Amino acid sequence: MKSCVIVFPGSNCDRDVAIALEASSGAAPQMIWHGETEIPECDLIVLPGGFSYGDYLRSGAMAARAPIMRSVVAKANAGTPVLGLCNGFQILTEAGLLPGALMRNAGLKFICRDVYLKVENSGALFTRLYSHGQIVRIPISHHDGNYFTDAAALDRLESAGRVAFRYCAADGAVSAAANPNGSLNNIAGILNGAGNVLGMMPHPERLIAPELGGSDGRALFDALAEALQCA
Amino acid sequence: MKARIHITLKKGVLDPQGKAIANALSHLGFDGVEEVRQGKYIEIDLAGSDSTQARARVDAMCAQLLANTVIENYAVELDA
Amino acid sequence: MRVTVTPEIVAQHGLKPDEYAHILRVLEREPNITELGIFSAMWNEHCSYKSSRVWLRTMPTTGPQVVCGPGENAGVVDIGGGQVAIFKMESHNHPSFIEPYQGAATGVGGIMRDVFTMGARPVANLNALRFGAPGNPRTRHLVSGVVAGIGGYGNCIGVPTIGGEVNFDPGYNGNILVNAMCIGVADADKVFYSTASGVGNPVVYVGSKTGRDGIHGASMASAEFDESSEERRPTVQVGDPFTEKLLLEACLELMAGDAVIAIQDMGAAGLTCSAVEMASKGGLGLALDLDKVPCREAGMTAYEMMLSESQERMLMVLHPDRIEAARAIFERWELAFAIVGETTATGRFIIRHQGEIVADLPVDVLAEQAPVYQRPWTATPPAPCLSAQDVPDTDDPGATLARLMGGPHLASRRWIWEQYDHMVMGDTVQRPGGDAAVVRVHGSRKGIAATTDVTPRYCAASPREGGKQAVAEAFRNLCAVGAKPLATTDCLNFGNPERPEIMGQLVGCIEGVSEACIVLDMPIVSGNVSLYNETSGIAIPPTPAIGAIGLLEDIDKMATIAFKQDGDVILLAGETAGHLGQSLYAREIAGRFDGAPPPVDLAAERRNGDFVRTQIVSGNIAAAHDISDGGLLIAVAEMALAGDRGCTLNVPESPVLRHAFLFGEDQARYVLCVAPEKAGALIEAARGNNVPIMKLGMVGSRDIILDGRSVHCVTGLRQAHENWFPSYMEG
Repeated sequence: MKSCVIVFPGSNCDRDVAIALEASSGAAPQMIWHGETEIPECDLIVLPGGFSYGDYLRSGAMAARAPIMRSVVAKANAGTPVLGLCNGFQILTEAGLLPGALMRNAGLKFICRDVYLKVENSGALFTRLYSHGQIVRIPISHHDGNYFTDAAALDRLESAGRVAFRYCAADGAVSAAANPNGSLNNIAGILNGAGNVLGMMPHPERLIAPELGGSDGRALFDALAEALQCA
Repeated sequence: MKARIHITLKKGVLDPQGKAIANALSHLGFDGVEEVRQGKYIEIDLAGSDSTQARARVDAMCAQLLANTVIENYAVELDA
Repeated sequence: MRVTVTPEIVAQHGLKPDEYAHILRVLEREPNITELGIFSAMWNEHCSYKSSRVWLRTMPTTGPQVVCGPGENAGVVDIGGGQVAIFKMESHNHPSFIEPYQGAATGVGGIMRDVFTMGARPVANLNALRFGAPGNPRTRHLVSGVVAGIGGYGNCIGVPTIGGEVNFDPGYNGNILVNAMCIGVADADKVFYSTASGVGNPVVYVGSKTGRDGIHGASMASAEFDESSEERRPTVQVGDPFTEKLLLEACLELMAGDAVIAIQDMGAAGLTCSAVEMASKGGLGLALDLDKVPCREAGMTAYEMMLSESQERMLMVLHPDRIEAARAIFERWELAFAIVGETTATGRFIIRHQGEIVADLPVDVLAEQAPVYQRPWTATPPAPCLSAQDVPDTDDPGATLARLMGGPHLASRRWIWEQYDHMVMGDTVQRPGGDAAVVRVHGSRKGIAATTDVTPRYCAASPREGGKQAVAEAFRNLCAVGAKPLATTDCLNFGNPERPEIMGQLVGCIEGVSEACIVLDMPIVSGNVSLYNETSGIAIPPTPAIGAIGLLEDIDKMATIAFKQDGDVILLAGETAGHLGQSLYAREIAGRFDGAPPPVDLAAERRNGDFVRTQIVSGNIAAAHDISDGGLLIAVAEMALAGDRGCTLNVPESPVLRHAFLFGEDQARYVLCVAPEKAGALIEAARGNNVPIMKLGMVGSRDIILDGRSVHCVTGLRQAHENWFPSYMEG
């Protein structure tokens, strides 16, 4: 699998996701500076977590207008898989590749902790090694993860099964109590209509080995490596 | 020429910061605060003196970067 | 700016009449206002350590593991494999009291710059925080602002905040303490220092532009507060973590090559301190041209530029033939880069501005001839021992346990550390909440354990024992995760040293810390001193905060505090005398604030700690926890909560009273858990090493059962423990 990780000024999970990609696929991704204009031929594009441009103005707003993003949008529209984690998800919504916006957490505080996610769509390229309804434990670490979109768009997401992950309790209950940031319908991650773009606030790259406290994030990268290995 | 831009959350979009401000005001004893909505204020110094042109440019700036029109509205004032 | 220097202006600059007389003597003329500002910045307590220096010199700073001790931006310690750990703790107390968010944020930014200035990538942050009483009207606002500021800066730059400590005490009502610690890792042959060398080498300014931020912040940090402090808000600096992240990456990229001769962070009194220190260490002169300094605001005077504390700036001396390559790096990261001066052979610090020489001062006088005071001091009178018989027993140990675990001193700090990204960089192998947090050394199986400790109430009752205890507790916290303690950084926070009783606290604490560092083999490699922490004549409790790091050779051989398995045997290692003086039990439950703190037997600390660590590394221990605040029952309860399982305990027959056994704060003790089949051998090994050990009970059930009676269920205790902080903050 040939993957590219886009590095914006202020990205800080670029190294972490590069390690996860290499652990699953055996190949180190190519790191692409935001000021470049063309993404080389690749099987996967990753927008990493962090604080691109310091989260100034709005999280992801300025990164979404970086020179490299034209190429990201073009490749995404042409079918290249794109994964946006945390700040990467924020950038994808700002760039219009995914609907909605990530607003300030309802509790107003930054939150870093493990949460439980219910896998709502296990048919996607990214989620195919999870089973439908599986409960996984993956950390979140964000200040602006409160997913919002208008009622019509929400309806489209839900009816098309484009919600990939939902925040839930350890027993799988999707409730207000298990919603860490106020996201509509406990949404933690969504897919685009074609299924080749996933944005999620949780950080699967942070739990890929027992010594880090868990391995539930690993399957997402394994799934990509497996599907894209021979591509 | 100076452009003053107010960016506010659209009606109906939950504003947790506004809610927190309202709570804090009532803790401080300010009664009768019915709702608080918070937003951003941006000042831009522009070259040139054509206000029609300036307004068009600032509108474009708002639409392309300064406001996220999924959740935000903006209003522009121009000072000569 | 033509300002006549009057005695009032001298006094406003914090210089005493005799200090000013000394300036007149060495200059043989009156300084102008810019020069006066420079003297004031260099000679204030913060930069010159004039009150503490004679005592700091007595501290142990060497050892085979020490690559570089105090005097540089941070201390450097060998961690094997051709790598070093670089770390330091520093105070940002006064700015945080005035503007908690920005004060704390810039404190974190400053300490990270100290570490990456030396060539290390920061890998972990910790914070030791002291606030006033929870009931004080300002406390909640300060906690909320400080925590948000620390998180706001550290999270953005992408360095995990993995630990620290928080105390509440009315003694901090008017002066909170924010002590930030940063640890970095570098290759041993890629460490950079601040000693300039060579004549005619370019002095280069990089980072943010200079504005009128925090002018005289360094002087503020050395002045007592009064009612007008509230109005000083404009002098507080504003942090820009985004720029710091760019500066970090640009500096490390530059340092991968061979361009840098010397580098110094612009911290307190920015351009002045950094330039003078680099020149002084190299025995050189230095000339600056202020017209070249990148400025954010128009019309800045020389005085303002020299004293500005704008953040995220560095000063470097570079090899002349590497200038263009260096410039290209900083331009790519969109940071200011300007040649602002050069090194000279004259030994003078010369500043030009708008075609005029605005300062011409001898470097050695500024740096090395700063006044040094042998301040008079009186020792803190020894407190009499408080007998356990004079402290009432509790008839309900469960309620007492819940009250302590659910009160401000011992309640879970989750509300704080969940606002810190403690996992970014993907190497956090022990998260906050245990004895010490651990980060993996990237790309290896080694780990660096880190902790911050001090018990101010012990220091107030006996500075010397309190100083020893602070280091001993740090030592225990490292041993309890299986790490070999390596070295120490200290943040010495005290009141006004011109008062003999405060100076006596400083002296006593330094003596205690020093003694412990020697016996426990944890030399001091960096630190800072924060004095004048008083408001309206009321000083803070003496607070020599200790930050310490230790090394794990293999992170798979790491212990945590959590109970692992029902049936595991619970052991108590170390001697229990039942010391209740200055314990949380005596203060919170019995209302007794008198008495001596627990004595610290450093030889026993060393013996017991070495034993525990050896047993952990040998794989014989299922869980380990040091016993500190609150005593034995608290330690056991914390292990139960972490493991989400209860236990059965039996208080042994002994002359120690039951409440003193359960809640006494005797030092050098650990609770250990072992698989039943390993218990016998472990007990034998302890005895062979002269480590007192006894069986306490067994892991199991959903309750904490004491002498056959359930005193509390784990779930209820968790509720009390977790609820205090969030409900207090929602207040």
